[in-house]
Amino acid sequence: MMKDHAKLMQAFFVSGEIVGRKKLQKMIYIAKKLSFPFQEKYQFHFFGPYSEELTLRVEELCNMGFINEMKEKKSGYTQYRYTITEEGKSFLNAQAANPMPEVEDCLKDLNTQSSRFLELVSTMLYFEGLDEQELIEKVQKVKSKQNYTAEEIVQALSYIKHLSTVS
Amino acid sequence: MAYSTQKLHEEKVFKDPVHRYIHVRDQVIWDLIGTKEFQRLRRIRQLGTTYLTFHGAEHSRFNHSLGVYEIIRRIVDDVFANRPEWNENERLLSLCAALLHDLGHGPFSHSFEKVFELDHEAFTQAIILGETEVNEVLSRVSPVFAQNVSDVIAKTYENKQVISLISSQIDADRMDYLQRDAYFTGVSYGHFDMERILRVLRPREDQVVIKSSGMHAVEDYIMSRYQMYWQVYFHPVTRSSEVILTKILHRAKELSEKNYTFAHEPYHFLSIFKGAVTVKDYLKLDESIILYYFQMWEDEEDPILRDLCRRFMNRNLFKYVEFDPSKEYKKLNELEKLFELAGLNPNYYLVVDSSSDLPYDFYRPGEEEERLPIHLMLPNGELKELSRQSDIVDAISGKRRTDHKLYYPKDYILDDSSHMEVKAKIKSILGLE
Repeated sequence: MMKDHAKLMQAFFVSGEIVGRKKLQKMIYIAKKLSFPFQEKYQFHFFGPYSEELTLRVEELCNMGFINEMKEKKSGYTQYRYTITEEGKSFLNAQAANPMPEVEDCLKDLNTQSSRFLELVSTMLYFEGLDEQELIEKVQKVKSKQNYTAEEIVQALSYIKHLSTVS
Repeated sequence: MAYSTQKLHEEKVFKDPVHRYIHVRDQVIWDLIGTKEFQRLRRIRQLGTTYLTFHGAEHSRFNHSLGVYEIIRRIVDDVFANRPEWNENERLLSLCAALLHDLGHGPFSHSFEKVFELDHEAFTQAIILGETEVNEVLSRVSPVFAQNVSDVIAKTYENKQVISLISSQIDADRMDYLQRDAYFTGVSYGHFDMERILRVLRPREDQVVIKSSGMHAVEDYIMSRYQMYWQVYFHPVTRSSEVILTKILHRAKELSEKNYTFAHEPYHFLSIFKGAVTVKDYLKLDESIILYYFQMWEDEEDPILRDLCRRFMNRNLFKYVEFDPSKEYKKLNELEKLFELAGLNPNYYLVVDSSSDLPYDFYRPGEEEERLPIHLMLPNGELKELSRQSDIVDAISGKRRTDHKLYYPKDYILDDSSHMEVKAKIKSILGLE
């Protein structure tokens, strides 16, 4: 019951503070691509893989008082910080949800990366069926505005390999 | 003459209750409509189980797909034609992507995709790129045309302007379904001045924007979305029918995994149960097929599958109580135990349904670059995000209302012929006394 909410709560619990909605979106997408059992459905949008379902579920968790959302004004945009509340921890304890211990290392690792870098990694994972050269060309086309450097792309490829060792 | 520019000898028109007429002059479009994959959409309802709440909601994805095509046709032929920011070479691609954008939808696709972890967008791409009649037509335009159509629908095409026409926060898809769903459900929400919006759409480098003089028409459109969501798409009775449908599919899958022998072999489901569905298998599925199995399963030996199918077919749906997870999650754990004691499997008969279970895209002003917002173009050419200019939009694009309901079979709980004591406790918790 409310298993999908509980899985997200576990993600917040193990990640600690998550800064930024974009980062949150990409962290869950990447974890899902690494076969962690998150159920939120993603589609490709202007800024990469995005899940409306995740956005709504996080809003629900905030409205329930299980997640704290702090709004910060930045130059030209608003940034959001997410942390689990004490009530959220109690909810999580009361759930008979299967723990996902192996997701902890993965999410912690993802949480140390910038949202720009995670946007690149998640976009590359979205096109994972392509061979490496096609993948690079595709990313440069769909992300032309982001101006990712060759170095960032190489880093992302190596990070994807690294992720498979922590998952 | 190249196939891509070939016109029909005479324009074809489809009568349509929303747009009055749908006009087809391009041979490619006419040929696509005639393919068996597109004709299959006649057998997939646009609104899934909503017909159990609003009896008129029997319209199909075929109707809707033609409607989206017609809106794009009017934009590219009447509004964008000859504008320097618009590339005429993208015209046919935009029309084809509009027509085919829902091609991969399966029967009752929301529940189906959840249970079997399928993705209609992936099937849309697979149908467009696979060995299908649709692919055969598209490939006659050029060797890369099918891939381009697929990329537009997947939102990965390099020209974002074309994507934005078909899929953005104000796009042809939404403009058609809001009006069409309002018409067929019979509700008085969902109406807005589409002609006005189309007249003020302008192509810009990476997106389609709205002239600021059209702001009030867009406000109406945003309000329509908001009202249709709460009044139609998220209607509690429709949610109940979706809950039962989802549980039927779960049960059938579970039984199959346990090697249960179905009295009526679910031939069409076999590859889906195994997680190995091919495009060919998928295209054989439509809502008539699914309802056929539900009718057969009304006589299955398994009591849960039998009961759920009878409920769905005869519209004996679950009832609901409002549920506040933040205060009542412990109550839910208790109810689960009591349901077990009352002989009801809580996995099938006690269901929390949340607003996030039917994600409907509220207008979002694009915080932190999550989604591209609607941009108004001021007279000096400057772009402003809609909610910064409109108080009405600002008011409904802030903190969203969320909602949770607890669904259960009230008829069984009120039946005192068995488990009286346990049911009395359940009734007390659910407030049925």
